[in-house]
Amino acid sequence: MTFGARGVSVSFDGTTALRDVSVDVPDAAVIAVVGGDGAGKSTLLRTLVRQVAPDSGTVDAPGKADLGYLPASSGSWAALTVAQNLDFAAGAYGLAGAALEQRRTELLAAADLTAASDRLASQLSGGMRRKLGFLMAIVHRPRLVVLDEPSTGVDPVSRIDLWRLISEEAASGTAVVMSTTYLDEAERAGHLVVLDAGEVLVQGSNDDVRASFAGAVTRSVTAGATPVRPEWSWRRGHARHEFWPDGEPPVGSDVVAPDLEDIVIALSLERRLAGVAR
Amino acid sequence: MKAMIVKEFRELIRDRRTVGLLVGLPLILLVVFGYAANFYVDHVSAAVVGPQAEQVAAQLPDLFEVQTVDTAATEQDARDMLRDDVVDVALVTGGDAAGGTSSTATALIDGSNLFAAQSILAAVNATGGAITPEVLYNPDLTTAWVMIPAIIGLILTFIGTIVTSIGLVREREAGTLEQLAVMPIKPGTVILGKIAPYFLLAAIDMVIVTALGMLLFDVPFNGNVLTFALGAAIFLFVVLGIGVFISTISQTAGQAIQTAFFVLMPQILLSGMIFPLEAMAAGVRWIGYLLPLTYFTKISQGVMLRGAGIDSLWLPFVVLTVMAVAIFTAATLRFRRDLAPERRERTAS
Repeated sequence: MTFGARGVSVSFDGTTALRDVSVDVPDAAVIAVVGGDGAGKSTLLRTLVRQVAPDSGTVDAPGKADLGYLPASSGSWAALTVAQNLDFAAGAYGLAGAALEQRRTELLAAADLTAASDRLASQLSGGMRRKLGFLMAIVHRPRLVVLDEPSTGVDPVSRIDLWRLISEEAASGTAVVMSTTYLDEAERAGHLVVLDAGEVLVQGSNDDVRASFAGAVTRSVTAGATPVRPEWSWRRGHARHEFWPDGEPPVGSDVVAPDLEDIVIALSLERRLAGVAR
Repeated sequence: MKAMIVKEFRELIRDRRTVGLLVGLPLILLVVFGYAANFYVDHVSAAVVGPQAEQVAAQLPDLFEVQTVDTAATEQDARDMLRDDVVDVALVTGGDAAGGTSSTATALIDGSNLFAAQSILAAVNATGGAITPEVLYNPDLTTAWVMIPAIIGLILTFIGTIVTSIGLVREREAGTLEQLAVMPIKPGTVILGKIAPYFLLAAIDMVIVTALGMLLFDVPFNGNVLTFALGAAIFLFVVLGIGVFISTISQTAGQAIQTAFFVLMPQILLSGMIFPLEAMAAGVRWIGYLLPLTYFTKISQGVMLRGAGIDSLWLPFVVLTVMAVAIFTAATLRFRRDLAPERRERTAS
């Protein structure tokens, strides 16, 4: 079974949030939706969980009983303990008694939260709270899990933990779609969807995205030097990278193999600067 | 300094509800409460019974608006009419219908209607002994006896409306409302689940406040406890429902509390608790008849002071029930819009 969106467009008060977006979310896969602020990531995810009604297009998603969702906010109730939060989520899906006990024990252990089960959600670190939110989203063994920036604001160690949990969930057959602003993290997903201003710039596996990238990226390290085409360049550490859409940089340029970050920035620039002299 | 003031003004202008409250509310309050602020009751409903009912009715001062003249009715009938709040005063006449004998009449006055009773008493005393007054239900016309049953309702209104008005807004602010929306929980279930703890707490509060009122102020409890409990439960549903409704139309806790106060203010002054409804200008009196506290006060005063039963209090019971159903339907419909935008979705499989 493949869930997803087909040709979905959404607008809010005349502003387009998504334009003709199609995304497939197959079972046992992790789909990472990446893009900058305002790219439409949350809108796409909220459309998948039916919190936003598309103006056109269709959404294929299971019913509420088979859907798990972690919103971009904390994802748990601050005044409840870890265990109480899990119990509430489980109860909402009809889980009770011994089955609930067992599931709670299993999830808390998997997320390394057993020792924190009596702590209030408000007293958890950012990473622990997101893990709790994730557990609440999967407590009922949904067929589709939608995670809105699960790792934003989470320290690197907790991010690794979260990724392990997400990967395990997908390995058990669940379709997972998540948004992220961390491109290194997105590379770990089986399938990428790069959004910019509500449109899909590119999507596919990590290799597909790299292979489909046309153009060249060059690198210059001259300190303080003004780039020849500032609108086509961006800073990467101490160096500046510059995109040449036609794939023909000036002779003698230091051409680099673009990583995902370069590709996303280059494609966004290409879309925004369409028509500007190259 | 200037930057700070400009920033505050800009924020304030965007918060239209606050600006509306700051500018409009004082005007509304002054006009409405100005017309409501009147303790003097200048007309009371009266029944005259007994053999000389017609003669006595003809001689009554203008204060008395005679509703019933019944020469065949007895003193017991008169007492029943007072208990059932049909009239404010019932005059029981003696002697025979032919007159001739020095007619004596007893005015049975409903002491649970404090200001009307005071006006009646003054008028009766001015007859120079022709009519003997007898104040029922509140013989000493103690203000506390009349106020406590109403204050019970006011306290429940404050607790119920303000606390529940924040409930859903808090979920919205914390971002958990969307999580609830994705869970397989019906909007009505969310609302009922939200108010259940507050209903229980408010019910406990009500028992404590009522007991304390009786203990400290010697307020009698002459009626049926179950009738009172039923009325209080329906009233609680209304005030909690108002809170939930406010919650569904507010984006922030601040907005919710402002709106709750806007709803609460008139209950204090226009429900008949402080100023008698019958003394208010007709232009504002109708507002009083839209307020749930008006009807709870009728029930609480009726049951506690007059020992009235549900058969005579059916009207406030019906009105409160209709209000409860209406407010919960409105709140659920509004809330459903938040929880279930997929209804507008064109296609979903």
